[in-house]
Amino acid sequence: MKDTWKRFKQNRFAFVGFLFIALILVVALFAKWIVPYDPYFMDSSSPLTSPNGQHWFGTDQFGRDIFSRILYGTQISLKVGLIAVGFSLFFGTIIGIVAGYFGGKIDQVLSRITDVLFAFPDILLALVIMAILGPSLTNLMIAIGIVYTPIFARIARGAVLSIRDSLYIEAARSMGVNSFQIMLRHILPNSLAPLIVQVTLSFAFAILAEAALSFLGLGVSPDTPSWGIMLSEAKDWMEISWWTAIFPGVAITLAVLSFNIMGDGLRDALDPRLKNER
Amino acid sequence: MPEVKKPLLEVKSLTTSFRTDRGLVRAVDNVSFTIDHGQILGIVGESGSGKSMTSQSILRLIGSRKSEQVNGEVLFEGQDLLKLQERQMQKIRGKEISLIAQDPMTSLNPVYTVGNQIAEVPMIHEGFSKKNAWSKAIEMIKRVGIPSAEVRAAQYPHEFSGGMRQRGVIAMALAGNPKLLIADEPTTALDVTIQSQILELILDLRNETGAGIMLITHDLGVVAEICDQVAVMYAGKIVEKASVAELFSNPKHPYTQGLLASLPKLGDKTRLTPIPGQPPNLHHLSSGCAFADRCPFVMDKCRSVQPALKKEQTEHQVACHLVNEEGGDENQ
Repeated sequence: MKDTWKRFKQNRFAFVGFLFIALILVVALFAKWIVPYDPYFMDSSSPLTSPNGQHWFGTDQFGRDIFSRILYGTQISLKVGLIAVGFSLFFGTIIGIVAGYFGGKIDQVLSRITDVLFAFPDILLALVIMAILGPSLTNLMIAIGIVYTPIFARIARGAVLSIRDSLYIEAARSMGVNSFQIMLRHILPNSLAPLIVQVTLSFAFAILAEAALSFLGLGVSPDTPSWGIMLSEAKDWMEISWWTAIFPGVAITLAVLSFNIMGDGLRDALDPRLKNER
Repeated sequence: MPEVKKPLLEVKSLTTSFRTDRGLVRAVDNVSFTIDHGQILGIVGESGSGKSMTSQSILRLIGSRKSEQVNGEVLFEGQDLLKLQERQMQKIRGKEISLIAQDPMTSLNPVYTVGNQIAEVPMIHEGFSKKNAWSKAIEMIKRVGIPSAEVRAAQYPHEFSGGMRQRGVIAMALAGNPKLLIADEPTTALDVTIQSQILELILDLRNETGAGIMLITHDLGVVAEICDQVAVMYAGKIVEKASVAELFSNPKHPYTQGLLASLPKLGDKTRLTPIPGQPPNLHHLSSGCAFADRCPFVMDKCRSVQPALKKEQTEHQVACHLVNEEGGDENQ
């Protein structure tokens, strides 16, 4: 663990990503106290003001402060990321480990189900699930969670297959350890590295998916300060006020980029053999 | 050692077969033997002769899949292990019978400390608390001769050398005080000095606990050093079975003779005599003796009729037409 952290810190790029994510987290936790304006407050006297000393990122068509709304948007993004990725990590890992450990028919059934889910484009699948469940933040998180479950299932299954026949698993069996204990105590900890990496990468996808679904009007209610909704509303005003679209766009890009480079760095740190030598 | 009438382990006509795409393969074919309390039985054979399959069949580590079939009887203290439920079997593994796996480098889980893995055994089988199990683990580590046990217990497998790891694996196997210990090539991956230390340790433990030991190896030197009885396996069958002294001084099966002839001797400058040919493919076994193609004394009968393991003398059994029919002229 110490080595991993050391290797991770040496990767400057990934470390910057990590710091930025830490910053997002702090902002999300303390948004209430940092924002200069109430993100819901509509100042009808100053709609679509360009960025200035009072409104750093300008205001939108209802006169709401974009900077404050972007800071609040971190909450939605992180919440969606955490819950959706948590959902897919939990169910995906269980499916993958069970399929990989038992093999045979169980594996066939579970793997085919994940294959079917894989066959749909991500956003399309999320749209279908949202259409069935109805638009709400909770359903949005469940939909994104379902969409990314197969990825975790596949990674966990692959990891299990590579260690299932290890001698230490056989040794554990020959010591009288039962299947459940073997999966929980011996296989899961050895499969964690690729899963952790996938968590950070999926976080980025989840943030994007939330933005995309909100943009399409299937996410949170329209007055919620979500980056996707801000972008969606901005499209009507983009020609006269660039700032309404640029700032939420930049926020999404930076957040996704940070999670991606942190994920890459984490993968290199956890398994130095995978590193791309340049 | 207390004399017990019932043998500790009695294996009767054990047959393990696998269904594969290319047909049924009998990895273990009609194998029978017994191990008494305090006795060390060596099972010798080359790679693929079914030695490890025999031990895994006894512990029921194979046989759970549909493509695997284990038949016969494995009587452990009179109880047929092949008839037990998986749950009952889990109580036997590690507690009554334990296994020292082949490769110490990979038989410890890399994410747990060695002490933790040894402690798992008394926690499962005897319901020890974490703290008691830990002190038991330290006791076991001391017992297998690892110095500064308290420090070592808290270390991870990668911090151990090969010999130390094998000691760790042995400590794990002994933590449940098993009555039968199956050691599957326990010294193969180790260098010679460590090898003799490990063998000595196994002998000591036998003397201390009176456990029966089934030692699987391809190394006749190891057998000569510590075993009481030997069974030679070839293509899934036992071809010769005798006491160590008898087998080394009076080998009867041509395969055993070949094995002994291919051992290097100190000071002997002549070339070794290897056994010609390759072990047979288990997919295409003829109806006759599996060794026929490589046997220097092959007869017509050998190619069509399978020789059975017959009692040559009281304690020396051979499965060979040459020995079983013509009697005395086998010592060429």
